[in-house]
Amino acid sequence: MNSNYAQLLQQDVPLSWYLLLSAVLFSLGIVGFLIKRNLITVFMSIELMLNAVNLSFVTFAHQWHAVKGQIFVFFVMMVAAAEAAVGLAIIIAVFRARATLAVDRIDLMKL
Amino acid sequence: MNGSLHLWLIPLLPFAGFLLNGILGRKLPKALVTAIALLAPLGAFGVVLNAASSIYMHFVPPGPGYGNISLPHVENHGTWINAGLFHADFSFVLDQLSLVMLLIITGVGLLIHIYSVGYMEHEDGYWRYFAYLNLFLFFMTVLVLAGNALLMFVGWEGVGLASYLLIGFWFRKTSAVDAGKKAFIVNRIGDFGFLIGMFLLLANFGTLTFSDIAATLTANPAWTGGVLTATALCLFVGATGKSAQLPLYVWLPDAMEGPTPVSALIHAATMVTAGVYMIARTHFLFDRSPYALGVVAVIGAATALFAATIGLVQTDIKRVLAYSTVSQLGYMFLGCGVAAYSAAIFHLMTHAFFKALLFLAAGSVIHGMGGEQDMRKMGGLRERMPVTFWTMTIAVLAIAGFFPFAGFFSKDAILYAAFAQGGTSRVLWFVGLVTALLTSFYMFRLWYLTFMGESRNHDVHPHESPWSMTGPLVILAVLSACGGWIGSGRFGEFLSPAVGTKTAEAGSGSLELILSIVAVLVAAVGWYIADQIYRAKPERAASLATSFAGPYNLLAHKYYVDEIYGLVIVKPVLALSRFFLEWVVDVAILGGLAWLLGGIALLCGAILQRWQSGNLRSYAAWLAFGAAALLLFVLLPWTSLLAGVGIHVGMVTHQ
Repeated sequence: MNSNYAQLLQQDVPLSWYLLLSAVLFSLGIVGFLIKRNLITVFMSIELMLNAVNLSFVTFAHQWHAVKGQIFVFFVMMVAAAEAAVGLAIIIAVFRARATLAVDRIDLMKL
Repeated sequence: MNGSLHLWLIPLLPFAGFLLNGILGRKLPKALVTAIALLAPLGAFGVVLNAASSIYMHFVPPGPGYGNISLPHVENHGTWINAGLFHADFSFVLDQLSLVMLLIITGVGLLIHIYSVGYMEHEDGYWRYFAYLNLFLFFMTVLVLAGNALLMFVGWEGVGLASYLLIGFWFRKTSAVDAGKKAFIVNRIGDFGFLIGMFLLLANFGTLTFSDIAATLTANPAWTGGVLTATALCLFVGATGKSAQLPLYVWLPDAMEGPTPVSALIHAATMVTAGVYMIARTHFLFDRSPYALGVVAVIGAATALFAATIGLVQTDIKRVLAYSTVSQLGYMFLGCGVAAYSAAIFHLMTHAFFKALLFLAAGSVIHGMGGEQDMRKMGGLRERMPVTFWTMTIAVLAIAGFFPFAGFFSKDAILYAAFAQGGTSRVLWFVGLVTALLTSFYMFRLWYLTFMGESRNHDVHPHESPWSMTGPLVILAVLSACGGWIGSGRFGEFLSPAVGTKTAEAGSGSLELILSIVAVLVAAVGWYIADQIYRAKPERAASLATSFAGPYNLLAHKYYVDEIYGLVIVKPVLALSRFFLEWVVDVAILGGLAWLLGGIALLCGAILQRWQSGNLRSYAAWLAFGAAALLLFVLLPWTSLLAGVGIHVGMVTHQ
């Protein structure tokens, strides 16, 4: 039993599991992005998608022993951080102006 | 070896005057405007005189030192167009013909500039007037100096522009604006002929340089008629437009709406003679086409008689002179038509003197009468305006053809040339003689109505004009009196290198003497009739008008030519423009196309705007849909799918 567990730890998790997780996370992000009404939730869904992509990058980097993928992840995290700062600022501004975060009601640009 | 005469200065000095006055004139003090305006023609006249004296020195024997000018003297100022086989230069040519023309243009032009200083003194747009006048001199000298037809055409169009601007100088007056437009449009019809003539020249000679064309013709002595006739007739159409001949003369009488000095310079002395000059310049073409020459002669004689009859009954002093100008231009074309080019140019010169004088004197009368132009309201000006009266008298005697005034010699030379040619030309001579009778009559009619008898208008107090106006009158009067003494023979000899020697072959002296005595007698008869009607019994004029009401009305309405042109040409063109061009072409076709294009854009917009819902989640959905579609496109094995149904696609897709 104990040895089995150690054996299990020594084994690599198969590639497909990582990719599957990444795909599931990405799909959850899309669905959340499409169906959620709260702006913050929508925002979080975007972050979820970004991180799903990051996971794929790391996975492939590990698989191919290429460092480029990992570097790209840093780029994505950095951009995501900046985007989060700007996005949250916009959300706060919108909330102050409209007293709501429902995306259906933030539609002033409609024709 | 040719020394330079700086011919380029002749056009460019007036052009500089035009630029200075035209751009800055509004802000410059009047004295400075006057100075610029007068210095430009003065400088040009100086350059012309310098050229003339160089040439004179060359021909008078005093020997070497002067003999560095030979005619024709060509000065080339660079290439203008060099395209394939076609070549045109900015080349100025001075020969006997252009020298005479330049002396007339800059000399008479200078006098009229001086006169204008007095005449236009109280006008608004004083600077504008002089800018235009200088512009006219620029284009006219270019026209005369041009060594090829293309450069001549530049001057030709340019004088038309200057004429248009000056006829419409008082642009607040509708009639003046209309007259300007009429002059421009009628001239354009003539210019069309000139253009076609140039194309024909280019097609048959491959060049527009006059000397080259002349050389080609000299090299092919057998070449006559045919295409040369067509070319000559096309050029003649241009001449009828610019020189107001039948059937394009209608603009000139209306051009009298412009200021009187303009009428004197442009519409009597210089610009309208451009057609005569052009025919003399291209005489080598006309010489090869007896038919074209015949047309020129007949049109000239017909115009001379036609315009003279209209002049008989006009009451506006300037209109009488305008029809007289048309008539005298007819004489010049008659001279050209019998290949007596030097006689035509001789008459052009004397006509420039006495007709400029007539117009300026008429301007002086109008000035003194406070703007009145109707001769019926004048009379008795003899004592009030002595200088104007005496100078006008000389001009009237000159145009009527009395010995020894200028008009006698030149008119006589043309009539003699027509008679000497024999055959049907004797008919033209007779027409010319009748015209001389009519000319004498209507000029003395003008003279009696204006200066003789009692004043018929007691509201105005006429006064003599200032010296700047009477000075040019006196100079022109001297020229009108003595200008003919050169004699047509000597003049023809001088011109013969430029225009051929046909007239130099003078026939018997006794025949010429008899003909000139006949001409003077005819002129005297005209004077006598005018004297009987307008001096002896002034009431006779009215009774004659009523007893010959039919012909009188026909003449008073100018043969209804304007009305006929209006009915036959203007109205159909207007109707075509209003109904076909405006409603069918403009509104239906062009407007319809514009509406169609706009409609398509609007329709697309109406459909596509649904996309821009403003709803964040709809955008998100489209984004996701697009991404999914792209993914599908990349990932699906299209090639094998399509190959399965037998379609081969040449693109590389995912493997």
